[in-house]
Amino acid sequence: MNVNEPSTALLEVRDLRIGFRSRMGGPLNEVVHGVSFSIGKGQVLAVVGESGSGKSVSALSLTKLLPSPPACEVSGTVRYGGRELLGMNERALREIRGRHIAYIFQEPSTSLNPVFTIGWQIKEAVNLHFPKKENVRAHVEKALADVGIRDAARVYDAYPHELSGGMQQRAMIAMALACEPAILVADEPTTALDVTIQKQILDLLKTIRREREMAVLLITHNFGIVADFADEVAVMFRGDIVERGKTADVLKNPQHPYTRALIACIPMLGDTRQRLTTIDHAQLEALS
Amino acid sequence: MNETPDTLLEVKDLKVHYATGGGLLGSPKSVTKAVDGVSLCVKRGRTTGLVGESGSGKTTIGRALVRLADVTAGDIFYEGVSLRALDERQFFPYRKRMQMIFQDPFNSLNPRMRLAGILEEPLRIHFPKMSVQKRAARTGELLEQVGLSADFRARYPHEFSGGQRQRIGIARALAVEPEFIVCDEPVSALDVSVQAQIVNLLKDLQKDLGLAYLFIAHDLAVVEHISDEVLVMTQGKIVERGNAHEVVAHPKNEYTQKLIAAVPRF
Repeated sequence: MNVNEPSTALLEVRDLRIGFRSRMGGPLNEVVHGVSFSIGKGQVLAVVGESGSGKSVSALSLTKLLPSPPACEVSGTVRYGGRELLGMNERALREIRGRHIAYIFQEPSTSLNPVFTIGWQIKEAVNLHFPKKENVRAHVEKALADVGIRDAARVYDAYPHELSGGMQQRAMIAMALACEPAILVADEPTTALDVTIQKQILDLLKTIRREREMAVLLITHNFGIVADFADEVAVMFRGDIVERGKTADVLKNPQHPYTRALIACIPMLGDTRQRLTTIDHAQLEALS
Repeated sequence: MNETPDTLLEVKDLKVHYATGGGLLGSPKSVTKAVDGVSLCVKRGRTTGLVGESGSGKTTIGRALVRLADVTAGDIFYEGVSLRALDERQFFPYRKRMQMIFQDPFNSLNPRMRLAGILEEPLRIHFPKMSVQKRAARTGELLEQVGLSADFRARYPHEFSGGQRQRIGIARALAVEPEFIVCDEPVSALDVSVQAQIVNLLKDLQKDLGLAYLFIAHDLAVVEHISDEVLVMTQGKIVERGNAHEVVAHPKNEYTQKLIAAVPRF
């Protein structure tokens, strides 16, 4: 969108297009129509949109986590620290994944491997990126302690099913942070969690991000959690970024009708409306 | 809680305890008190909201009401009739009057049944004399009632989005013309935009059909919006209750205050 962004950006995405093909030789169904955004060091960018808007696939495409062609075609440029990621081979990408750009996903219970202990799973990542590291166990326990797990030694030897959803998500965050990435991609990190746990996890991410000057790409459908976390917001609607700006500005003074609709449908405490506002997609379609 | 004429369902000192730990042959090591002495009442055509975090026992209450969980102590009265005293055959008519909507729209519909089958099953059980044509007409009517098209009858659940599946779950609950529906986190798995649609649908149905809801959720903002009375639950006990707006505006209990602080605002 804004072409005159500073070139100091940590991650720069230009004209990203993603399309899927459901069968061999079939038509390409483009789901992301050329989006551009950038994240600076230590910055938090929130990408907000409904399911199907293309926000998750955009995040996955950054380190080529989507299926390979012809099932899925990705074009555009993704530059990280001066290097182009989309053209990189698998070997080089493995260096980037986890070490430079790490992910946490929506459902902690399905993203952890149920047959290995938490410690084993985090240790695997640490061994891969820091093969010479000694006393990996101490490093992993510290990573667990850093995300607010009090008895890190016990959790190290625990299996995922022995932990609650909130604890599992903490373990996922510990795993993502164990290799000290420069960018954390948080794809709906709190959607599967209760509001109370959601607040704890968001507070945790805020603290960590401040301490480590880590950049965060937060992907969510809920404007509510963006408010005092993200520096900037990009609103995605059907594969396009329709609005972008400083979080406070977008929340206070949304320009695009879709942004206004997304904000209006959130029920607020003390709200006395009889009906919640819903998004009229037909009307939005007519506008665009 | 005094008996008022419009009380539909009353729960008195309900306890649901589970034995946990112990192996296949060993005796249980401890008892988990999922629900520990809860009393509540649901009025005809009204909504009682039940809010608390996961593990607080709120879902167990909902399940106990429709006999999906075994009651350890206490009783449930439906129009003054003690449900615990009834055997399975005597309880059967109450299954028609009380229905449930589940949290996860992906796992609560049989993936191998078409919508027609999903919606006709309760009709066959509770209206055995209904003709085939009448049943088909009724399923189409139900789909339209929840904002879907009657043409969807021949489709399978996987062809629908989360919000549409939740509508199907609602249509299934409505099939037997219930008076009371336990809504167990019906919007927690949905996007905020879809959540608003489902909440509005539930409110419309309540107005049209005079339904009573027990609305279970962890998000106090949603519960406040839809409920007349709110109950706040933690660790198997109800710690605060009252008019929905009143509880949110002036929370007395520490746990309620914590819940309110957790709701995002801007």
